[in-house]
Amino acid sequence: MLRKVSVLAAALMLVAAPAFASGGAEHPKEIEFSFAGPFGKYDQEQLQRGYKVYREVCSACHSMNLLSFRNLGQKGGPFYDPKYPNPNDNPVVKTIAADYQIGDTDSETGDAIQRPGTTADRFPSPFPNEAAARASNGGALPPDLSVIAKARHGGPAYVYSILTGFVTPPAGLNVPAGRYYNPYMAGDVSSAWTGDPHHVPPGGFIAMPPPLADGKVTFDDGAPSTVNEQAKDVSAFLMWAAEPKMEDRKQMGFAVLIYLVLFAGLLYASYRRVWRNESH
Amino acid sequence: MSGHSTYEPKNAFTRWLDTRLPILRLSHDTFVDYPTPRNLNYWWTFGGILSLMLGVQIVTGIVLAMHYTPNAKEAFSSVEHIMRDVNYGWLIRYTHANGASMFFIAVYIHMLRSLYYGSYKAPREVLWLLGCVIYLLMMATAFMGYVLPWGQMSFHGAVVITNLLGAFPVIGNTITTLLWGGFAVDNPTLNRFFSLHYLLPFMIAGVVVLHVWALHVTGQNNPTGVDPKSKADVLPFTPYATVKDGFAMVLFLIMYAVFVFYMPDALGHADNYIPANPLVTPAHIVPEWYFLPFYAILRAIPNKLMGVLAMFGSIACLFALPWLDRSRVRSMRYRPMMKVYFLIFVVVCIILGFCGAKLPDDQVIPGLTTVKVMESDLNSYVWLSRVASLYYFVFFLVLMPFVALFEKPLPAPETIATPALSHPAEVPAEAVAAPEKKG
Repeated sequence: MLRKVSVLAAALMLVAAPAFASGGAEHPKEIEFSFAGPFGKYDQEQLQRGYKVYREVCSACHSMNLLSFRNLGQKGGPFYDPKYPNPNDNPVVKTIAADYQIGDTDSETGDAIQRPGTTADRFPSPFPNEAAARASNGGALPPDLSVIAKARHGGPAYVYSILTGFVTPPAGLNVPAGRYYNPYMAGDVSSAWTGDPHHVPPGGFIAMPPPLADGKVTFDDGAPSTVNEQAKDVSAFLMWAAEPKMEDRKQMGFAVLIYLVLFAGLLYASYRRVWRNESH
Repeated sequence: MSGHSTYEPKNAFTRWLDTRLPILRLSHDTFVDYPTPRNLNYWWTFGGILSLMLGVQIVTGIVLAMHYTPNAKEAFSSVEHIMRDVNYGWLIRYTHANGASMFFIAVYIHMLRSLYYGSYKAPREVLWLLGCVIYLLMMATAFMGYVLPWGQMSFHGAVVITNLLGAFPVIGNTITTLLWGGFAVDNPTLNRFFSLHYLLPFMIAGVVVLHVWALHVTGQNNPTGVDPKSKADVLPFTPYATVKDGFAMVLFLIMYAVFVFYMPDALGHADNYIPANPLVTPAHIVPEWYFLPFYAILRAIPNKLMGVLAMFGSIACLFALPWLDRSRVRSMRYRPMMKVYFLIFVVVCIILGFCGAKLPDDQVIPGLTTVKVMESDLNSYVWLSRVASLYYFVFFLVLMPFVALFEKPLPAPETIATPALSHPAEVPAEAVAAPEKKG
């Protein structure tokens, strides 16, 4: 038995080896999401509220170009309805798509036109190209949000921390024009710091002004609309956008593990039986 | 493959086939009748686990290649297409991506097992060398596979690693130009890496066949390092080894499944979900965890060419190992001094892994400033990796050849079967004859 344990321990030790150094930013805030843990699921109402925050606030500057409207109505998505297993039939999704104007080519004349979106369309970008995006945002490029919740250390907790982390810069920190201080932002503010060089404040400067405000988004389900709630809901929505198959994954994982554990038990019993008469 | 074959064709068809292509005889001799030492422990199950992993990687990889687009503009979104739109694409991709890590966990355990029990010593030198070739091919395959999603870490990792080869005088630039297919990492690089990433696993499979062949010629080593001398020392591969390997494989799969289904991105780097951008260099470029010890050795040396040579040298040591070790005792069970040096070696490799993940000038003990030597504070990861790299080379180049001169080996048993084995039979052998034929 001890030898078995040592095999596993050795394997785990190798797995635990990488510990990546983080920058000078604060660790993301501790926040409990409904989708945490092996049985965690997305809270559909939260995803709907989060989508509304994305639609009314984030999408003004940020693209989400890996997602199509139909994704909203897929199983596990914010507007999934069991009555419409094909998300392209989902009336809510159709309405959302039709709200957007999509650039296209007229198939008769070849002219560039704008037409209402369909469920098959991708979410359009708010800017025609990178240069336009930078020009409108003080030279900074608002990152695409499709997989942002997986592209930062801390994931959705990082997104939440950035959105709720804007604070008054400490005295002695010269914040450049058009930039905002955020202790959760990766970066280094030492060149703008005039105080004690051994106590440089954590975090960095971000070009995004604090995007959320109490009451800025009115939730259809009457949920309180504080900055904290908006940030939490949109972080959950962005996690869904980054990992829409998470619920399927965890469900299948549970079945796979039950199967493997039973199979292991069976094989161990066979092993004991086969080796019963042989010393080793 | 070695010794007399006991295969007897059972029916007309197998008799007919056996005189034309004795493939069933080969399989029988290899996987059923093959004698294995009876005292093999669980460290010996990783060979089977590695074969399983190679199979998993090839099968998932072939399916991924059906959906992936090897083009710098589309690679990132085609991987996301696999994650979002391909049926069970998320499962196949996470299985493949985590499979690489599992493959390396298994291969490192397999290599350390060979090291501890002296499985590289005569007559198994060729077996060991073939294993080293497989390991090199695995490293090349894994490196090129990590480039394919064309995220920030993919791209900048590829830049850093390919640039290392440019350090070689005279031929360096030619090699990097050939690897890149141009003068920088770009679309041609991605295309050829994809092509090679698809090719190399089949080369690995080929060398695995040679590896298994060599194994069956020399027979397996065992924890005592004593050669089997009679039939009492060995048991047929089936059912004894198959059932034990099978049990270990399923335990390994449980660990693998926990990663795939519950923390699929834990072993990757968040930056690789940012599409590659040659104009933005990540703050901290790190390779995948399984390359970190070598990365630490590379960075331990201030001179680029010397660093690259040290990194390749650290792998060259493995190839030279059968001739570096001068001890006639195989198993470190009976080598009281070398056993301790081996344990230190394992710890040093893990320390090197940690060093590879840190910035060189980060402090090991936070807040402590000591003296600067060679432009770095002594309390820094670069100095820790220098000390650890030194031990790595001392272990192979000094301890392996010379410890045997001073070490007094413990007495090894005469045969495998004579010593009191750790698991005595529950029923004496005479009581039930041939248990494998029953039930």
